[in-house]
Amino acid sequence: MTTIAVPLRGVAAADVHSVVTPSRLSRRLAAAAVIVYAVVATIPLFWIFLTGFKTPSDAIAYPPVLIAEPSLEGYVNLFTTRSRQTPEYMTALPPATTWYDKLVRSRNMVISGPSNFPGRFANSLIVGFGSTFLAVALGVLAAYAFSRFNVPLKDDLLFFILSTRMMPPIAVAIPIFLMYRTLGLSDTALGLILLYTAVNISLAVWLLKGFIDEIPREYEEAALVDGYTRLQAFWKVVLPQARTGIAATAIFCLIFSWNEYAFAILLTSGEAQTAPAFIPYIIGEGGLDWPAVAAGTSLFLLPIVFFTILLRRHLLRGITFGAVRK
Amino acid sequence: MSRFPRSGAPIPVPITAAPAHRGLSDRAIAWLFITPTILLLLAINIFPLLWTIQLSFTNYRANRPNAPLRWVGLENYTYILEDFEVWERLQTTAHFVAWSIGLEVVLGFGLALLINRRFRGDSFWTTVILLPMMLSPAVVGVFWKYLFEPQSGVFNYLVNLVVPIGSFSMLGEVNLAPWAIVLVDTWMWTPYVMLICLAGLRSIPDSIYEAAEIDRAGPWRRFWSITVPMVMPFLLLAVLFRAIENFKMFDLVVNLTSGGPGSTTELASITLKREAFEKWKTGYSSAFAIILFVTVFGAATVYVKLLNRVKNR
Repeated sequence: MTTIAVPLRGVAAADVHSVVTPSRLSRRLAAAAVIVYAVVATIPLFWIFLTGFKTPSDAIAYPPVLIAEPSLEGYVNLFTTRSRQTPEYMTALPPATTWYDKLVRSRNMVISGPSNFPGRFANSLIVGFGSTFLAVALGVLAAYAFSRFNVPLKDDLLFFILSTRMMPPIAVAIPIFLMYRTLGLSDTALGLILLYTAVNISLAVWLLKGFIDEIPREYEEAALVDGYTRLQAFWKVVLPQARTGIAATAIFCLIFSWNEYAFAILLTSGEAQTAPAFIPYIIGEGGLDWPAVAAGTSLFLLPIVFFTILLRRHLLRGITFGAVRK
Repeated sequence: MSRFPRSGAPIPVPITAAPAHRGLSDRAIAWLFITPTILLLLAINIFPLLWTIQLSFTNYRANRPNAPLRWVGLENYTYILEDFEVWERLQTTAHFVAWSIGLEVVLGFGLALLINRRFRGDSFWTTVILLPMMLSPAVVGVFWKYLFEPQSGVFNYLVNLVVPIGSFSMLGEVNLAPWAIVLVDTWMWTPYVMLICLAGLRSIPDSIYEAAEIDRAGPWRRFWSITVPMVMPFLLLAVLFRAIENFKMFDLVVNLTSGGPGSTTELASITLKREAFEKWKTGYSSAFAIILFVTVFGAATVYVKLLNRVKNR
């Protein structure tokens, strides 16, 4: 894999009339164009967020309504299963005690139980954190070894680790499906954790190697002189120095596992299913229940928005496997 | 936590003065640290790959594990390569990859040039623009399906505000659907190309432009002789990563169109999924998987060679 060395930015920018400092007008125009793009590109996200607070009929109204009367029906539908009842049955019921009971009964339905969504969301968390922990723990060890020692065939091993990312996920899924069926790992969180660890480890090794390469070797050498063993130096000097890199890498692994869909639908069907495999199939009466889908989508995407803001300084490294650094 | 300074001058220690290491030797540690990763990848990537290769020479069907296994030699491969429909799917995939990446390069590079003019709030707007690429492609596919609804969809509504062409179905019409997937992919991944181009632009030392100005090079000349060649390695890297990802594309498109209408947006991965997990033609789809993998791997290797040549120029 190629590494593009990024030279330091020139420090000489004193001359305001120089070609490198654009004029005020051109900066304003650039700002306007960028803001227009950003606003247009975020319309879909806003629209989905708003749809989560519409009623099913407002969600499919023509022309589309921007500001509808806010309703929590989408969220209620996301978290419950409901059944339609006859008017006689409805009138025979004791009065509704909670606001969500009232909301559901106004549609001639009663809540028959909780939905699978909280469980699927929890699976996403378990699988996400489990695979991230494993990938980062194994990855930081391998990255340290690749960074500091003369491992034979180093470049080949590193390329091998990266090349595992070139398989289409469906292609990997065929034998994994058979393997998991034999081992009893189908539809288990452990199965998904192992698989996501294997996928994430290539990213973890490449990213962490870049971060560890930047820690001066002198720190460890000083520790060795002070009587530390190599393992102690790794534990007490390198790991604390690499913590920003480790955190950034962990967030990237977490985002991958959180977002993954292909393996999730092929290797899980119920118990261990994650949220992305669940959200597309939230069915209401007469097709997809759009407010519920939008509500699930909003809850599912919000953590990612948060993490993106947290990660913004390291995004570039993460998305290029550490090939481009800033 | 560390007893050592985080910054400042490194402590000067002559390497020769380092005492013999206590504890495990470096060599032992190196292997101890690398082995778990390699073992995991062997178990979950290499072993399955070898198994896929083996299956690709058989008529195995995963839904009938007890049926007699027959070796069919290269039959699966010749069958696939002679299949007119398979070539159609590959063409669909190529169309998708080429157009989405083309648009992402133009838009992404353009945005990067604009952001590089440095205005107040540029880092905030950059973060806003980056959001789509961090989201789950499957979920993005689902909500764009909603935005594309012919009647109530906000996409059609906004298009009609600009050009009143009446109701149309982005996902339902044979000639529009291939562009719908290109559009959504471009929406999602333009920020990716933009971010990498921006790194390229920011790596160009100002002194080069200043020297060019002294030589009286006009803005057009500066753009083509400095900006473009300096950003090129970054742009080519972005194209490599996007091309690999889009060639494997599954989650976004399957949730958006499920390959339809007809098979107009059925990318190679979607066909593979149908053959492997709906028709359960495991042997056949293993051969298809190997063909796809070899294509990506081969193309990527050639491309990296070219990239290195550009870089060394």
